Amino acid sequence: MAALRRTPPALVAGKYAAIAAYVAFALFPLYWLLKIALTPDALIFSDGTALWPSELTLDNFRTVIFQSDFMAYFRNSVIVSLSTAAATTLIAAAAGYAFSRFAFRGKRWVVALMLLTQMFPLLMIIAPIYKLVAAIGLLNSLTSLIVVYTAFNIPFATFLMQSFFDGIPRDLEEAAMIDGCTRLQALRVVILPLTLPGLGATLGFVFTAAWSELLFALMLINSNDAMTFPVGLLTFVSKFSVDWGQMMAAGVLALVPSCLFFLFIQRYLVQGLTSGAVKG
Amino acid sequence: MAGMELRALRKSYGGLEVLHDIELSIADGEFVVLVGPSGCGKSTLLRMIAGLEPITGGEFRIGGRRMNEVPPRDRDIAMVFQSYALYPHMSVARNMGFSMEIRRRPAAEREGPVAAAARTLGLDRLLERFPKALSGGQRQRVAMGRAIVRDPQAFLFDEPLSNLDAALRVEMRLEIARLHQRLGTTTVYVTHDQVEAMTLADRIVVMNGGVIQQVGTPLELYDRPANRFVAQFIGSPTMNLLDLAADAAGLRLGNGATLPGPGSAAQLGIRPEHLELVSAEEGEIAAQAQVIERLGSDTNVFTEAEGIGLLLARVHGNVDLRPGDRVGLRLMRDRIHLFDAEGARLPTAH
Ligand SMILES: Nc1ncnc2c1ncn2[C@@H]1O[C@H](COP(=O)(O)OP(=O)(O)OP(=O)(O)O)[C@@H](O)[C@H]1O
Ligand SMILES: [Mg+2]
Repeated sequence: MAALRRTPPALVAGKYAAIAAYVAFALFPLYWLLKIALTPDALIFSDGTALWPSELTLDNFRTVIFQSDFMAYFRNSVIVSLSTAAATTLIAAAAGYAFSRFAFRGKRWVVALMLLTQMFPLLMIIAPIYKLVAAIGLLNSLTSLIVVYTAFNIPFATFLMQSFFDGIPRDLEEAAMIDGCTRLQALRVVILPLTLPGLGATLGFVFTAAWSELLFALMLINSNDAMTFPVGLLTFVSKFSVDWGQMMAAGVLALVPSCLFFLFIQRYLVQGLTSGAVKG
Repeated sequence: MAGMELRALRKSYGGLEVLHDIELSIADGEFVVLVGPSGCGKSTLLRMIAGLEPITGGEFRIGGRRMNEVPPRDRDIAMVFQSYALYPHMSVARNMGFSMEIRRRPAAEREGPVAAAARTLGLDRLLERFPKALSGGQRQRVAMGRAIVRDPQAFLFDEPLSNLDAALRVEMRLEIARLHQRLGTTTVYVTHDQVEAMTLADRIVVMNGGVIQQVGTPLELYDRPANRFVAQFIGSPTMNLLDLAADAAGLRLGNGATLPGPGSAAQLGIRPEHLELVSAEEGEIAAQAQVIERLGSDTNVFTEAEGIGLLLARVHGNVDLRPGDRVGLRLMRDRIHLFDAEGARLPTAH
């Protein structure tokens, strides 16, 4: 049997080569970002498309961190993204649990409505949203972004959470309820620990979405104080020139929280937490 | 411990009624087995007893106390799920002690009952393991341990052994029987398996289409099935059914042989083990052997009888027969069952 199953070495090598090619292709833009960020301004054009910069410098990073408003944008983005991720995940988890476990009147309509909200191109609703936000006086505030992002991310996040709850056998919470739990206790003690991968995935997804959102941030924020980082990036583009080095340095810095965030949640993303619960 | 009363219990999903007027009294300490074909409502009934499904109509009592509105956690019952439903993020010990943990009994107090149950079930060495590191049989034991630790008013089992292989099933069946003898706790047990039902039950409840067909001891159901459905459902291999024509002489089989009996009878039932295999000349029914299954202890002889059709005879030990041989069949008179056109049992002549 073992002899039959052994794959020819050439095939294995080919497989790894294909994966390596794909990874190189996918990561190349990131490499370019880093390369330009580390290239001294004067050399950006003369280096051109050379794969390796002829000289390395941290000047761009220094300028971005100490001599621009970047840190303020950065802080704004962190506030907006974390708040959005937390609010969305909380609401989506509650809604997803309800969709997964309860039958209630109008469930199909709510689901249909939530799907409907995902069908419109954002451009279509940007004007009414602007009007609404202006009317309640929230223009140029981080709150407006948090509210809008949360609203837009809830439907997808809810379906995501629902699928995670669907993956946890009902028997588990029923066993807990027979063992003496109220439904809420069963949810907290038995279901929640098993949903951590789902919560992690949802948090990560929403965080990244909010972190990189540009359209609404551009429309709803004008003042420099409340700018998030994607809008702030555009300030490196002036009427007459683009400050490539600093823009790329800012971009590299912007990747840091996303990476940290995923590093933090990745241990909850491991599969197989429910294995052993039921024998199927 | 306590008995249970099910009075005119009904269950509907939307407009669809899946359980109709279920009447059942379960005595204190009794072992009751629910059997019936898939979809007949066994699990639903069990879940209503557990409190996991709302009761649509009627009344359910445990120990005389109305339970309809009581949530599962206050019913003082323990349930073993077909899937075992072990908490995957808790060790075996914590799984078994979970009911006490949730009632805020201190950890020191929890150890005793858990250790005792673990000893009974041979789980001593596995207490620190997690469910994913257990075999199917061990998970099954942990699920039972979790129930035992509770020392509840009643145990509920929903097909607890159906995920185990044949040998383990026999072993666990024995274990459950022993446990019930020792603890004497009222038990309601759902199964597909005839042998489990016959061996474990004090009384069996046969259900079909959301209606109780018959309630009785295993032998009552075997000897005096209330209708054709129960007759065919209980006993393995399945009872033979022969169509009858009634006339002045009594009952006439398809091959012309007559039997005494009520003129209204429509069908005769006879279990394979109650058909005697004799020589072709001696039999009431002439037949031709078609397939012979030798099981060692018994032999199943499938025969084709003229004017009647396929008849199965089960003979103790081995028989010297070959497919195509002519044989005679004789009905054991005191083992005949008669049913009317609707399938209800009719009194027999003897
Ligand atoms: N949530 C539900 N909504 C609608 N109908 C249901 C629901 N749950 C069960 N039913 C129906 O109720 C009937 C009884 O189901 P139940 O699960 O009790 O059958 P069962 O006897 O346990 O079958 P099995 O032996 O296959 O486990 C079935 O016809 C089923 O389709
Ligand atoms: Mg069932």
